[in-house]
Amino acid sequence: MLRYIAMRGLLAVLVAFTVSLATFFLLNVATDPAQAIAGEDAPPEVVESIRTRYGLDRPLPVRYADWLGGVVTGDFGESYYWHKPVAALVADRADKTITLALSALAVTILIAIPLGALAALNPNSWIDRFALGVAVSAQAVPNFWLGLIVIILFAVTIPIFPVSGDDSWRHYVLPAFVLGASSVPAVMRLTRTGLIEVMSADYIRTARAKGFRGWQLLRRHALRNALLPVISVLAVQLGQKFGGSVITESIFAINGLGRLALESILGADIPTVQMLIFVFAIVFVAMNLLADILNAALDPRIRIG
Amino acid sequence: MMSLLEIRGLSVALPLPSGALHAVRDVDLTLDRGQSIGIVGESGSGKSMTALALMRLLPRGARSTASRLEFDGIDLGALEDSAFAREIAGPRIGMIFQEPMTSLNPVYTIGRQMTEAAVSRGLLSTSVARKKALHLLDRVGIPDPQMRLGQFPHQMSGGQRQRVMIAMTLMLDPELLIADEPTTALDVTVQAQILDLLDDLRRERDMALILISHDLAVVAERTDTVAVMYGGEMIEWGIADDVLHAPAHPYTQALLHAIPQVGATPSRLAAIPGTVPSLMRAPKGCVFAPRCEHRREDCVASRPPLRAGMRDHAWRCMLKAPPQTSREMEPLHGHGAAEDADIVLAARDITQVFTTRKALFAPKRDITALKGVSLELHRGETLALIGESGSGKSTLARILLGLAQPTSGKVTMLGRPIVELSPIERASFVQPVFQDPYSSLNPRRRLSEIIARPLWLRGDRNAATRDAAVAEAMDLVRLPKRLLHAFPSQLSGGQRQRVAIARALVTRPRALVCDEPTSALDVSVQAQILNLIDDLRAGMGLTCLIITHDMAVVHQVADRVAVMLEGRIVEEGPARRVLTAPESDYTRRLVAAAPRFEANFLQPEVAQ
Repeated sequence: MLRYIAMRGLLAVLVAFTVSLATFFLLNVATDPAQAIAGEDAPPEVVESIRTRYGLDRPLPVRYADWLGGVVTGDFGESYYWHKPVAALVADRADKTITLALSALAVTILIAIPLGALAALNPNSWIDRFALGVAVSAQAVPNFWLGLIVIILFAVTIPIFPVSGDDSWRHYVLPAFVLGASSVPAVMRLTRTGLIEVMSADYIRTARAKGFRGWQLLRRHALRNALLPVISVLAVQLGQKFGGSVITESIFAINGLGRLALESILGADIPTVQMLIFVFAIVFVAMNLLADILNAALDPRIRIG
Repeated sequence: MMSLLEIRGLSVALPLPSGALHAVRDVDLTLDRGQSIGIVGESGSGKSMTALALMRLLPRGARSTASRLEFDGIDLGALEDSAFAREIAGPRIGMIFQEPMTSLNPVYTIGRQMTEAAVSRGLLSTSVARKKALHLLDRVGIPDPQMRLGQFPHQMSGGQRQRVMIAMTLMLDPELLIADEPTTALDVTVQAQILDLLDDLRRERDMALILISHDLAVVAERTDTVAVMYGGEMIEWGIADDVLHAPAHPYTQALLHAIPQVGATPSRLAAIPGTVPSLMRAPKGCVFAPRCEHRREDCVASRPPLRAGMRDHAWRCMLKAPPQTSREMEPLHGHGAAEDADIVLAARDITQVFTTRKALFAPKRDITALKGVSLELHRGETLALIGESGSGKSTLARILLGLAQPTSGKVTMLGRPIVELSPIERASFVQPVFQDPYSSLNPRRRLSEIIARPLWLRGDRNAATRDAAVAEAMDLVRLPKRLLHAFPSQLSGGQRQRVAIARALVTRPRALVCDEPTSALDVSVQAQILNLIDDLRAGMGLTCLIITHDMAVVHQVADRVAVMLEGRIVEEGPARRVLTAPESDYTRRLVAAAPRFEANFLQPEVAQ
């Protein structure tokens, strides 16, 4: 098991390294950073002076090595726009996005898994059809639109929740719902098909022959098998929550990483954009690593080959 | 004395989109404590459904009704499902299934799965349950039970898993054990051990046993009574000796004639024409009437009455007295290779090593599947390759077909090394027939396309000659012309296997390689295919390599036999000699383990 974790961890580090390489080169080749800082209409000599001041005249590999060296020590450079260390900037705002992403994931889990399980246990019943309806509508409705609708319904018409901001837990209810809803279809469908498949497995028949029924059967023999694939998908979904926070945070005026990303892209604040892309990617990689480890812990066929 | 189990008038109906399927109709069954009964029938006969109905394990939507369903005086019909699950399923009636590989939960330890039923019911404490589990694992012949308790199912072989399943059901000391095809998925030598174990346990514990099997020979040796099912009905039952040696129902008689018999001189099998029906509508008359050679007019008009023989022997038939049949011993049509026949296909010193690694960075491991195997196939002969799973049979077959390259060694076709042949040449030289006709035919193509495919691939673009070749191939395998444009899904298993053989024969190859050609088929259908192979041997001097684990099939069709064990051929020789006087220890064990029974019919005595 330890060996397995070590292997997966090593792979994750390699992936993270590749991602950093790709983002760095793409950002620095696609745009001219000096021009971006100076602004479109800046005279060439200003652009050149910025280029030398920020060290942008050095060759790309040297700048990458320089940047990577900083990353290892936690130094992501200084924001062109805020004139603060990027790392401090990100750390300052991370808690809001983490709160939003985790509560969105909680919303997804709380809606998708029970609904998927109920649908699986009563295939072709009204509840199955209802679940399918939920999945189709959640898939069809764009995030920003759903955001506006819930604001009108639950913040304006019936003012239970605040319209925007990030001061109390009540501010997170609507955005978490909106962000969580987008993952419901995938997770629910997977729960449903997984559980239907497991419930028709031979070992479930064995458990029934031993006298297990209903909830006992589900808890003792079906759930763990059915949830194995769901865990992997949830990990990817959590990664997407971070990326998805860009839109949701803007709608609900939450001052998190998503907004920071939007602002720094608009302000051509390359060090900040670079770190945010890197952080989002690392979250993805870390979540997948976590899912692999969880799967191995739950499934002996992976653990003991 | 009160019976342990009494079933009267059990019926099961499965709802299908096209209407209700009557899987079981009006079945009666009585079983005493410590007694064993074998329920025999082909697929779709309703034998498993009967057991599943008793255990309330029927698929969703299935309805079962019975006029009487009593277990040890308890009216099971009146029992709530929760009470049935708590008090009957497990503690009083245990059940084991056909698929030991998938019947245990892959994510929990053997120990947990064995003890949970007793512990969750509060019958035993965890520590006592573990002790009992250890003792039972030891009893069913699992070495080092202490270690096994902490292991997971995927760390054990199929035979071991079936032993664990048996031990697991015994944890609750049931009074009745139902074994539904417990050995069908296992190797012959393991099969015999598991069946003996079940029989010993039954005697030891005075436990009643219902043994369900499609294999008459399995049941013949081990149960007190036998019930034969066909088309959802129980058509004959009685003491095993009576039913198997003096069968009274025409179906039982025909079924016994259809089994190839190890021991006797091989002769043509009496195949039952037609296929096992699936009953969407309950027939008015006898279920077997459409395939019965003794059919009379009144057979289809009303349900045949119950006839009684001696010693509880009973059957349902219109005929007052059982038909007198003596098996006509028609000799096989086919004959082996001529003395000086040339070698069609030869393998010399074939070694196959597979290199695998468990994970990306794990060290490579070599698995030697074949170790210096040499084999020759003469024109016109049928060579049977036998051995248990994992012995390398199928790997060798793939190499002979040119579908895989051996690590070392040479395959020649009529003296030409196979590597020098183009794929097209190779394909028109040797063709495969696979085990499972349900998955080896493309469901989206019509028969005419499936059979013509090899010709098309070979570059035959002339539709007329292709059609003629297809018609000829269908003729060879006795497929009626009207099926030319049918899809595989419209065919029965036997018909599909005929299609597979026709497809293989259409290019007129020099040799066929058949991998378990009949093991997915019912006994009566297997007989049709074995007879067909005999016809092809006689008619076109077919050269054939048959891979099988079934000694009876070997006996029926093979001229020579090669026995494989762990990637080597341990014995090779004329079929008759190998089956009657095996030289190697391993062959001797294989032959001894094969279930067999001799159908030397007596006439049943009829009570007047």
